[in-house]
Amino acid sequence: MTPAEPKVTLDLARSLGLTAEEYDRIIQQLRREPSYTELGLFSALWSEHCAYKHSRVFLRRLPQSGRHVLQGPGENAGAIDIGDGWAVVFKVESHNHPSFIEPFQGAATGVGGILRDIFTMGARPIAILDSLRFGDPADPRVRRLIDGVVSGISWYGNCFGCPTVGGEIAFAPEYTGNPLVNVMCVGLVRADRIFRARAEGVGNPVFYVGNKTGRDGIHGATMASATFDERAEERRPTVQVGDPFTEKLLLEACLEAMATGAVVGIQDMGAAGLACCTSEMPARSGTGMSVELSAVPQREEGMTPYELLLSESQERMLLVGARGREDELRRVFAHWELDAVQIGEVTAGPDLIVRHRGDQVAPVPVAALAEAPLYEKPYAPPDWLAERRALDPLALPEPADYGAALIELMGSPALASKEWAFRQYDQQVGINTLVLPGSDASVLRVKGTRRAIAVAIDGNGRQVLLDPRAGAAMAVCEAARNVSCAGGRPLGVTDCLNFGSPERPEILWQLAEAVEGIGQACRALDLPVVGGNVSLYNETLGQAILPTPIVGVVGLLDEAAGLSTQWFKAAGHRVALLGPDAVSLGGSEYLWLRHRQVGGRLAPLDLEVERRVQAAARAAIGAGLATATHDCSEGGLAAALAEACVTGKVRVGCEVTLPAGARRDQVLFGEGPSRIVVSVEAERAREFEALMAESAIPWRWVGTTGGDRLRLQVGTETVVSVELGQIEHAWRNGFERHMA
Amino acid sequence: MRFGVVVFPGTWSDCDFHYVISEVIRQPVKYVWHRDRNLADLDCVVLPGGFSYGDYLRAGAVAGRSPVVEALPEFIAGGGVVLGSCNGFQILCEAGLLPGALMRNECLQYRCQSTSLLVENAETPFTRALRPGQVLTMPISHGEGKYHADAETLRALRQRHQVVFRYATAEGAVTRAANPNGSVDNIAGIVNEEGSVLGLMPHPERAAESAMGGTDGLQIFHSLLGSLVEDGTFLKR
Repeated sequence: MTPAEPKVTLDLARSLGLTAEEYDRIIQQLRREPSYTELGLFSALWSEHCAYKHSRVFLRRLPQSGRHVLQGPGENAGAIDIGDGWAVVFKVESHNHPSFIEPFQGAATGVGGILRDIFTMGARPIAILDSLRFGDPADPRVRRLIDGVVSGISWYGNCFGCPTVGGEIAFAPEYTGNPLVNVMCVGLVRADRIFRARAEGVGNPVFYVGNKTGRDGIHGATMASATFDERAEERRPTVQVGDPFTEKLLLEACLEAMATGAVVGIQDMGAAGLACCTSEMPARSGTGMSVELSAVPQREEGMTPYELLLSESQERMLLVGARGREDELRRVFAHWELDAVQIGEVTAGPDLIVRHRGDQVAPVPVAALAEAPLYEKPYAPPDWLAERRALDPLALPEPADYGAALIELMGSPALASKEWAFRQYDQQVGINTLVLPGSDASVLRVKGTRRAIAVAIDGNGRQVLLDPRAGAAMAVCEAARNVSCAGGRPLGVTDCLNFGSPERPEILWQLAEAVEGIGQACRALDLPVVGGNVSLYNETLGQAILPTPIVGVVGLLDEAAGLSTQWFKAAGHRVALLGPDAVSLGGSEYLWLRHRQVGGRLAPLDLEVERRVQAAARAAIGAGLATATHDCSEGGLAAALAEACVTGKVRVGCEVTLPAGARRDQVLFGEGPSRIVVSVEAERAREFEALMAESAIPWRWVGTTGGDRLRLQVGTETVVSVELGQIEHAWRNGFERHMA
Repeated sequence: MRFGVVVFPGTWSDCDFHYVISEVIRQPVKYVWHRDRNLADLDCVVLPGGFSYGDYLRAGAVAGRSPVVEALPEFIAGGGVVLGSCNGFQILCEAGLLPGALMRNECLQYRCQSTSLLVENAETPFTRALRPGQVLTMPISHGEGKYHADAETLRALRQRHQVVFRYATAEGAVTRAANPNGSVDNIAGIVNEEGSVLGLMPHPERAAESAMGGTDGLQIFHSLLGSLVEDGTFLKR
């Protein structure tokens, strides 16, 4: 017996996150009042999370094509050709809202969701990277979130059997009530065996495969499209519960089913579950679909059509098979002890016909569901920005002891080793990981070829806050630079745009500017954006997060053996600094750590110089001249050198001299784009010089490796001379001391 | 030498063992599905790492009662050897083919890290290419790897030299700091009384190529190859 359904009214529509205008539009499209079930379909599919209502107008401006692109945005994930018949499939996605409500399951199902996005494309997931943001780890409530999120990622990824090979964790007070959990996954597939989320071929059977459906996660997509108040805890039932074991079986079963040739199309039941798949798949193919909900495998009794359509139970897929080959598909899923039930078929359209025990509960045009209204709302820069940017960091006092300042910086949670988290993640399953977490980029071999891929993920909310366009462009540059520092030629980008409520003009301005910056950088570096995710409404009690675009880059090494890492290898190597001198303490880690200020102006970004510096570093690596390559980012040149000294298997000191001129804290800790530290064997210095001359970039020799200290001289004055053991101790314990 | 790599629902080191056996030591190898009882054409059965059945009941508990594991005693009696790594070690203990049990890591967290292993017994088919006192480097990756056995069992294990590997420092000192999971006596790997079944928590297949950071794990495979004698049986202890 189905319980009586609530009466459909404007108030009910509003409580489901729809606006009055959207409600009117639904009535227009249907030419009648929607039923309760239909209203549920619209509210989920027209949510910001599913429809990108506020962001799509901007996202259109990103470069999305290129000669290596096999699949751009619009599918479960993007795909790039890496040669030898192979392609990489990758995407980053957020699970911020659920992770705040329930950190362990929220983060775990974030991993589960992105893994499915990759293997629905036919690719075997080979790497996970995660980009996390929290408040101050000294706060016990924040520690509970960090512990929950890291355990959740560890539990799901480890049990499933995909290594976590990289990522970053950063901290700022703005994330205290709104942590960010962005997970990127990379998969490998034969370039001619990529599957897509399409419902083609009228009469083809529609299969439900995987886990059974329960009442968990109903309206998760709507929850993720709203801000939080003090009653966030009440939203716990909207968070799904993960089962990585079933996901592993689903992976093997799906890849095996695809290999039979009997799979026409397949889509993950992620946000908005069955509702999303049954409308998006036919919408992409210009077909329709008819489904019978009572056939859906259920783990709870008496579920209503509304609940069955909107449940976000995990580890489920909707699969369109080839007519006549149903038994082949059933056999594969039976072998893996999974449900595979035919629940309907592809129709000529244009409607999605939903039946429950034979009764038609929704005839809705798929196009109406798939085409949510798009908004071009007004936006404007925030009025507080000019004041923040007017801050002059050089008006603040210099440190009395630069050595102590450097040690403090290396021991700050932002710069300190994240081994506490990474040792909880399997980093090697699949035996592909050539460079483990801890260098600029992680490197994975492609078995059966000489190639490898390099992957990195980056973002800096403070820089984006001060200058959304330049800050977002710098995030693209940094991720690409990290890949270049490993020797990889960057080939493609995936981005996750984490912002506050787009209904506020200043937030929408941040988003618009950030997307513009990403687009500019991607065009300059010839990097297509092949997929990603937008997470808006990251606000609790009116406090928005720092605007945080997270950028993932995948690059290719033609020769895996030619890879490079960030740490110095031996004494007696010359140290070069590639890139411009221009740096700024504006928005820097130093300014925050020492003066608790986020302000000032960013160093200028010249995208042509960026491109050439990265190319020069790759050329040096390719010629076998670079013994270490390390990007300068948070903490500036001094931190980059300190990391090169202490993050390897053995500590190697160095002595570096920098030109005098600017104030010493700016020279040492100032941050700026396009800068890479390279070490070179002394006897190959001439070759390196010739290569740099060809590269037409600003660069200079700055010092030599050796000894057990880091010595930094500005002009003729020794400003820092610190024993490496002290630096390493600060770096190893700076984050872990909060968590242990 | 013919290897069989067992696949349970939830196993994930199967492909890695298969790769190392076929591509690195270049021996014939096939996958064995957990419902298969026929091991007749194999010399060595590998129980790889992973989360068989999600490890939801207890690590290895369900897999330890599967058809393929039920067929192992006969396979061993017929002269075959069994290598269980990580989840495979847990399964062997659950099945009673090795004594003791593996419990949640003392730190209550998952640990993926490099470990140094002191070779205690170089007279098994799995360690014949090694020397006692030698230190190997191999990674671990587990949440439940704390080896436990009662005092009597431990005494017997020591007396019969069944402890094969112990966690140690890079110099070979068996210390508390070198113990990543709280295992009793720093035990990382043991054999059965006959020496025909090895269980260890570390992953030899992840230390079988220099590109992956080391080749110490290969020594276990080379020992096996060197122990197989012409009549198809293994040199035992």
